[in-house]
Amino acid sequence: MDTMAAIKQTFFQECEEQLAELETGLLAIESEEHDTDTINAVFRAVHSIKGGAGAFGLEELVRFAHTFETTLDLVRSGQIQPDAGLLKLMLRSSDILADLVRFSRDGGEMDESRVSQIHEELTRAAQPGGTPAASAAPAAAPSFTPPAAFDAGSDDDDFVPITINFDDILGGGEPAVEEQVFVVSFRPKPELYAKANDAIKLLREIRALGDADVACDISEVPLLTELDPEGAYLSWTIRLGSDVTEAQVREVFEFVEFDCDVSVTAEPKVDPNFEFVPAPVAETREPVPALADDGPLIPESVLAKIAQVNAEPAKASPAAAANQAQPAQQAQTTIRVDLDRVDRLIDLVGELVINQSMLSQRVTEAGIARLSEVAVGLDDLEQLTREIQDSVMAIRAQPVRPIFQRMSRVVREVADMVGKSVRLVTEGENCEVDKTVIERLADPLTHMIRNAVDHGLEKPEDRIKAGKPEQGVVRMTAAHRSGRVIIEVSDDGAGINRARVKEIAIKRGVIEPGVPLSDSEIDDLIFAPGFSTASTVSDVSGRGVGMDVVKRSIQALGGRISISSKPGQGTTFTLSLPLTLAVLDGMVVTVAGQTLVVPLTAIVETLQPKGPEVHGLGERAKVIAIRGSFIPLIDVGYKLGYRYEEADPLNSVAIMVESENRAQSALMVDGIIGQQQVVIKSLETNYGQVFGVAAATILGDGRVAVILDVDAIVAGNRS
Amino acid sequence: MMHVKEHDLSKNSELIAFRLGGQEFCVDIMSVRDIRGWTPTTPLPHSPGYVKGVINLRGSVLPVIDLAARLGFRSTEPTARHVIIVTQVGNQSVGLLVDAVSDILTINADTIQPTPDVASELARAFMKGVLAIEGRMISLIGLDSVLQSTRENSGFLN
Repeated sequence: MDTMAAIKQTFFQECEEQLAELETGLLAIESEEHDTDTINAVFRAVHSIKGGAGAFGLEELVRFAHTFETTLDLVRSGQIQPDAGLLKLMLRSSDILADLVRFSRDGGEMDESRVSQIHEELTRAAQPGGTPAASAAPAAAPSFTPPAAFDAGSDDDDFVPITINFDDILGGGEPAVEEQVFVVSFRPKPELYAKANDAIKLLREIRALGDADVACDISEVPLLTELDPEGAYLSWTIRLGSDVTEAQVREVFEFVEFDCDVSVTAEPKVDPNFEFVPAPVAETREPVPALADDGPLIPESVLAKIAQVNAEPAKASPAAAANQAQPAQQAQTTIRVDLDRVDRLIDLVGELVINQSMLSQRVTEAGIARLSEVAVGLDDLEQLTREIQDSVMAIRAQPVRPIFQRMSRVVREVADMVGKSVRLVTEGENCEVDKTVIERLADPLTHMIRNAVDHGLEKPEDRIKAGKPEQGVVRMTAAHRSGRVIIEVSDDGAGINRARVKEIAIKRGVIEPGVPLSDSEIDDLIFAPGFSTASTVSDVSGRGVGMDVVKRSIQALGGRISISSKPGQGTTFTLSLPLTLAVLDGMVVTVAGQTLVVPLTAIVETLQPKGPEVHGLGERAKVIAIRGSFIPLIDVGYKLGYRYEEADPLNSVAIMVESENRAQSALMVDGIIGQQQVVIKSLETNYGQVFGVAAATILGDGRVAVILDVDAIVAGNRS
Repeated sequence: MMHVKEHDLSKNSELIAFRLGGQEFCVDIMSVRDIRGWTPTTPLPHSPGYVKGVINLRGSVLPVIDLAARLGFRSTEPTARHVIIVTQVGNQSVGLLVDAVSDILTINADTIQPTPDVASELARAFMKGVLAIEGRMISLIGLDSVLQSTRENSGFLN
C-alpha cells in the first residue's frame, strides 16, 4: 500500500471514530444530558471530517460536512436552539454524513436526492428569519478551516494548510497564583513567515513553559479583496503563568527577534478581572488561501465570515475556552495495532496455556508432592498464564457501543418508515466483547431491532387506546454474566399474539394442529424457519427470512437466543454470547476409544437410554422415545468411521442435540468425561475439511481432540 | 492459500536421508522444520489409510502421513523408535512417519538421476529422482506432490 492510501485509510478509520462521537453527542443532546462540551464535541467531529475530506479532495463530503457544520455552529453559539425537529434533522444529517464517508471509502453512488434534500433542510435551519448563515455566526469564524479548495487550489501560491489544534493552544485553565505571570505580546511581521517560521510553533514553545492563555487579535485582518496573501495580520497576547524567568520567555523568540514585535512584561500577581480574549484561531497564516479558486467549494459564507470577523472581533467567553481545552486532557492514550499481530499473540498464549496444563499433568503423574517447591512454582505459573490469557483476550475485546449506535439509526429509519414514534434506550454500551463477535452481531441485531419496531410495537393509535404513551420504547442492554455477555432487546409493545402465532404455525405446517403447546413453546415458534407474523409483508421486515436466521447466526457464534413475552407489556429477546470465539464450551466425550468434544451450545440434555425406549425402525435405523416423541439415534462412532458396527444404545449415553430447523437428534457416545472450555484450533490450515468435524482442540494431556460438527452429522444421517 | 514452490535444489544442497521399509529416501533439508519421536495420533474420521491422524505440534494441529503407505508399501505399525519428520511447504505443515533418520547428505544437483521405470507408478508420482551415493541408492521425495495430494484427499469433502 502506498503512503497516500495508508494515510487515507487512517483518515477513514478516524472518520468512523468521529462519526461515533457525533452520534453519541447528538443522542446526548436529544436526551438532554448535554452541556456545552457535548455540542463542542459534535461540532469538532464534523469539523474534523470536513478537514480530512478536504485534504483528500472528497468534494461532496466536504460540501455536506460544511453545511452541517454551519448549522451546528449556530447551535454551538446559542443562536438557534436544538429543538426536537432540529435534532431529528441533525441525526439524519449524521446518517447521511456516515453514508457519504462510506461511499467515499468503498465507492458506489450516493442517493443524490436524499443528500440534497437534507442539505437544503440544513441550509434552511441555518437561516433563522432569513438571516444569512454566515453573518449569524461570528464566533465560529476563527475555527473555520477552508475546505477542499486547498488542494484544488492553484499551485502558484505556496501555502501549506496548517491546522491548529485549539486545545493545544488554549490549554491551560487558570494561571497559578503563586507563579509569576507574564504578559507576552507577539506580533509577527511578514518576514517571519517568509523565513518559514511558524507562529504556532512559537506559541507551543511558550505553552511548554507553563500555563498559557493565548488570545489572538484578528482585528487587523482586512477584507478578502484587500488581503495580501503574504502579509501578516494576526497578533497574539499570551498570559503565561510560569516559574521561569523573563529571559527564558524571551529566549523563545530568539530566532525571530527581528521579524516580529515582542514584548514581555511580568505581572506580579493575577488580576482576577483580567479578561482576555481567548478567541480560537484557525490559521496562523492569514489564510483564506482559496482566493485563487472561486469554485463551488468555497461557500459564500467564507467571504461573509471574513468580512464579519473584520467588522466584529471575535469574543468568546473564557468558559467556552476552558471547555474546549478539556477533551484534549481527557484523550485516552491508544495505539493502533494490526489485528494479525494481536491474533498471533492470542495463538501463542493459547499454546502457553496448553503447555502449562500439560506440564502440571506431568508433574502430578511424576508423583511430586503437592507442597513441593516445584508444584508451588507451577501453581504460580498457572495463575500467571491465566492472567496473561485474560489480558490478551482483553486486547481483542471492544465495547459494544458502536453497534448500539448503529442500532439507533436503524430505529430511526424503521420508525420513519412505518410511521411510529420510537425511543431507543441503551444500557451497558461499555460492555466489552470480542471484536469478531461484535462484527457478526450487527446483522442479527439489526433484524431484531427492526422486528421490535415493526412488529413488537403497536401502532400509535393502538398504544393510546391501550393507555400507553404514544412513543414506544425499545430497550437494548448489554451486561456481563458469568463469563458470557448477555444482550437483551425488548420493546414495550403488545407482546406476542400467541393465538395468531399458533394459527400461522399450523397454516405454514410448522406444527400439527391440535398439539398442546405451552406459552413458551408457542413463543419459540417465532424461531421456526420462514415464520413471519406480519399480516402484510412490509419493506422493513417479514421478507421471509425471520428470526430463524437470527437464531442460526447467534448459534454460529456459539450463542443462544431466547424469548419471553407478556401480553400487553412487550417482548424481550435475550442473547447469551461467548466473550470470544477463540475458546468454546464443550462436553468432552469418549467414542470408540477416542476423545471428542461436542459444543455445549448444541446440547439440550443428556440421558441414559433404557430398554423400552429404544425402537428399531427399518433395517438399521433406531429411534428413542422421549416424552412422547420419537427421536433418531445416531451412533457418532459409526458415523465417523471409528467402528464398523453400531454400538448398543443401552450401553451408550444419548446426547440430545438441536440442530438447524429445530430438529432434535440423539447422539450416542460411549461415555461423558466432563465439561471443559477448549481452545479452538484449525484443522484446515495443515490438512483440510473433514466431514463431521468442525475444528480441533488440544486437551490437557497434550493430545489433539476433534470438535464435532453436530449439524453435519445430523444432516448426514438423513441423506 | 499462497502456494510456495518447494525450495529448488541448487548446486550444493543438503538433504535429510531416512529409512523406510528397508529402502532409503531423502528430502530437501530446507523443507524440514523438526524431527521428533513418534507420539500417538488422534485419528481423523473418513481419512485415507495413509493418514495416521493428527498430533499437537507446539499448539498447532499437525497431520501425520505414513509415508510408506503413501508410497504404496505396507503400512507402518509405529513404535516409540519411529520418527516423525515435520516438513513445511508453503503455509502447510505435514509430519512424515518414517522408520529412522539415517544421514545428512550434501549433494550436487547434477548427480540426481531420473527415477528408473521399474518403480511403481504411485512411487514415481512422489519421487523426483534417485541418487547414487557410496553404493547406496537414495530416492528423492518431492514434498510438493505429497502435500498436495494429501490436501486433495483429506476425506469427505462436501
